[in-house]
Amino acid sequence: MSGNPQEDALEALAAARWRVAAVLTVATLVAYFGFILLVAFNKPLMGEQLTPGLSVGIVLGAVVIVTAWALTGLYMLWANGKYDRALHQLRR
Amino acid sequence: MNPTSVSPTQLGQPNSTAIGFFILFVGVTLGITYWAARKTKTTSEFFAAGGGVSALQNGFALAGDYMSAASFLGIAGLVATSGFDGLIYSVGWLVGWPVVTFLIAEPLRNLGKYTFADVVAYRLRQTPVRLSAAVGTLTVVSFYLIAQMVGAGNLIHMLFGLSYEMAVVIVGAVMILYVLFGGMIATTWVQIVKAVLLLGGATGLAGAVLYKFGFNPATLFNEAATRYGPQVLAPGALVSNPLETVSLGLALMFGTAGLPHILMRFYTVPDAKAARSSVFYATGLIGYFYLVTFILGFGASVLVGRQAITGVDKGGNMAAPMLAEVVGGTGFLGFISAVAFATILAVVAGLTLSGAAALSHDLWSSVVRKGEAPEHEQLKVARLASLFLGVLAIVLGVVFKGQNVAFMVGLAFAIAASANFPALLLSMAWKGFTTRGAVASMLTGAISSVLLIFLSPTVQVDLLKNATALFPLKNPGIITIPLAFVVGGIVSLLSPEREASSRFAEVKHRMHVGLGKPSPVAAVPSTATASAASTPSATATPSKA
Repeated sequence: MSGNPQEDALEALAAARWRVAAVLTVATLVAYFGFILLVAFNKPLMGEQLTPGLSVGIVLGAVVIVTAWALTGLYMLWANGKYDRALHQLRR
Repeated sequence: MNPTSVSPTQLGQPNSTAIGFFILFVGVTLGITYWAARKTKTTSEFFAAGGGVSALQNGFALAGDYMSAASFLGIAGLVATSGFDGLIYSVGWLVGWPVVTFLIAEPLRNLGKYTFADVVAYRLRQTPVRLSAAVGTLTVVSFYLIAQMVGAGNLIHMLFGLSYEMAVVIVGAVMILYVLFGGMIATTWVQIVKAVLLLGGATGLAGAVLYKFGFNPATLFNEAATRYGPQVLAPGALVSNPLETVSLGLALMFGTAGLPHILMRFYTVPDAKAARSSVFYATGLIGYFYLVTFILGFGASVLVGRQAITGVDKGGNMAAPMLAEVVGGTGFLGFISAVAFATILAVVAGLTLSGAAALSHDLWSSVVRKGEAPEHEQLKVARLASLFLGVLAIVLGVVFKGQNVAFMVGLAFAIAASANFPALLLSMAWKGFTTRGAVASMLTGAISSVLLIFLSPTVQVDLLKNATALFPLKNPGIITIPLAFVVGGIVSLLSPEREASSRFAEVKHRMHVGLGKPSPVAAVPSTATASAASTPSATATPSKA
C-alpha cells in the first residue's frame, strides 16, 4: 500500500477518523450505560433530591441527553476543521 | 365512541378544530406533493430527492422521520403514570444518534446510493448480499409499519371518534399519495413540516404548563412528588431486571444505526459534510423534544391527574392531548390531535419509501436485472413497490386490529441492531469481511432476533398466555448483536474472498474522499466491471492527481 504518498496520507487520515469515532462512541457508551447501571443498581441514590423536586436521576438523565448531543457537536468541530482540511489537501 | 365518564374531556368527540387543522395539514402537504411530483422525474429524485436537501433541512426531516407518535404520546403517558421511568426510554431513544454520527452517516453517504445494502454489497457479490439485506430491511419495515398503523388506528379513533378501519385507510391513502407521486422530495417536506409542528406544539404545551409553576421545572416535579409520593422521582417498576435494561439499551442504541428509513435519509444530502451536520441538528432537536416530553408527562400527572388519564386510556397514551385541553381548551386539544396524526403520516411515509427502495433498487434492479434496468423502468418499479407497500400497510393495519403490537417496535429495533448494523459496520471497517460473512451475519441477526422474541415472555406469556417463556429476556439485543458480529467474523475468516479484500482500498478511498460531486450513476458495479477494476492502483485514484 505504500510508496504512494497520497495513499499513505489517506491511510493515516482514515485511521485518525476511526480512532476519533471509536473514542467518541466509547464515551457515549460509558455515559449511557453508566446511567443505566445506576438506574438498575442504585435506585436510592437516583431518588435523592438535590432541591425539592429535582432528583439525582432526573438531573443525570438530562445530563446524558445533553452529553450525547455535545459529543456529536465535538465530532463535528473536529471533522469540519482538521479532518476536512486534510481531506481537501488529499483531493488536490 | 364516548369514553368521557371520568372527566369532561372533549376527547373522542368529533372536534371541529382538530378536523380543521387536520384538513389544513393534509391540504398543505398534498400541495407540497403536487409541487414535488413535478420535480420527481428520475429514480434518484424519487429515492434521494436528487441529493438536493440541505443539512438543516435534513436535520429536521431526520427528526420528523424518527419522532413517532409512540415517543410523543407514549413517553408522555409513561411519565404521567409512572414518573421517572419514562426518562429511561427517552435517553435510550436518543443515544443511538451519536453512534449514527460517528460510525455511519459519512461513510454511508459516500459509498451508497439509495439503501444500506449499497454499502455492504459494494465490494462483495451483489446477489446474495442484497437478498439478505432486503430480508433485514423488509422485516424491520413490516414490523415498524404494523406498529405504526395499528397505533394510528387506535389513536385517531380515540382523538377524532372515527372508526378504526376508517382511520387506517385514511392514513394509508394519504401516505400513498405522498410517496407515490412526490417520492423523497414530498416525504422530506412532510417530515420537516411535521417536525416543526410537533416541536412547536410540544414547546407551547410545555410553556403553558411551566407558566403555572413559575417556569421552574423543579416546582412542577415537587408538586408531582407531593401528590403521588417521592418515588415518582426515582427509578420504579420498569427496571426490575438489570440485564433486561442493558439488553434494551443495546438494541435502542445500535438499532437506530440500522433503521433503513433513517439510513436512507443520508442519501438526500449533497455530501458527507452535510450528512454529518444534519445528524448534529437532528440529535439536538430530538434530545430537546424528549426533555420537553418529560415535562409534559409530569404536567399531565399534576394538572390532569393520573386517574383521569388512565380512565380514558389504560396505557396513558392520551396524557398529552388531555393536558392540551386542560391548559388551552378544545382548540389546543384539536391542534395537538392533528399534530399526532401528522406525526404518524410522516413516519409511515418514510418507512414505505425505504421498503420500496429495498424492493425496487436491491431486489429488482440489482438482483433480477443485474443493474441493466433502464432509468424509466427503475422509476416505474419504484412507484409500483411504493403502491404495493402502502396497500400492504393498510391491510396489515386492519388485520392486526385489537392486537397488542407495542412489542413490534422493540422487535424492529432489535432486528435493525442485529441484522443491519453489524454487517454495515464490518463492511466499512474490516478488510477481511466477505460475501459469506455478510450473508451469515445478516441472516443470523434477523433470524435469531425473531426467534428469541418469539420465545420471550412478551410473546409466550403476554400474548400466548403461557405460564413461562423459554427465553427470559424481553429484548434479545444482548445476545443477538454480539452473535451477528461473531458469526460475521468467523464465517469471513473461514471463507476468504480475494476480490473483496483487494477492493477494500477503493472502498476506503471512496468512504473518506467521496466522489467529489454527487454522481448520477452507478454505485452498483456489476460483477464484470468489479473484476475488471480489481487492481487497487487502478481504482484507488479514480479522479487522478
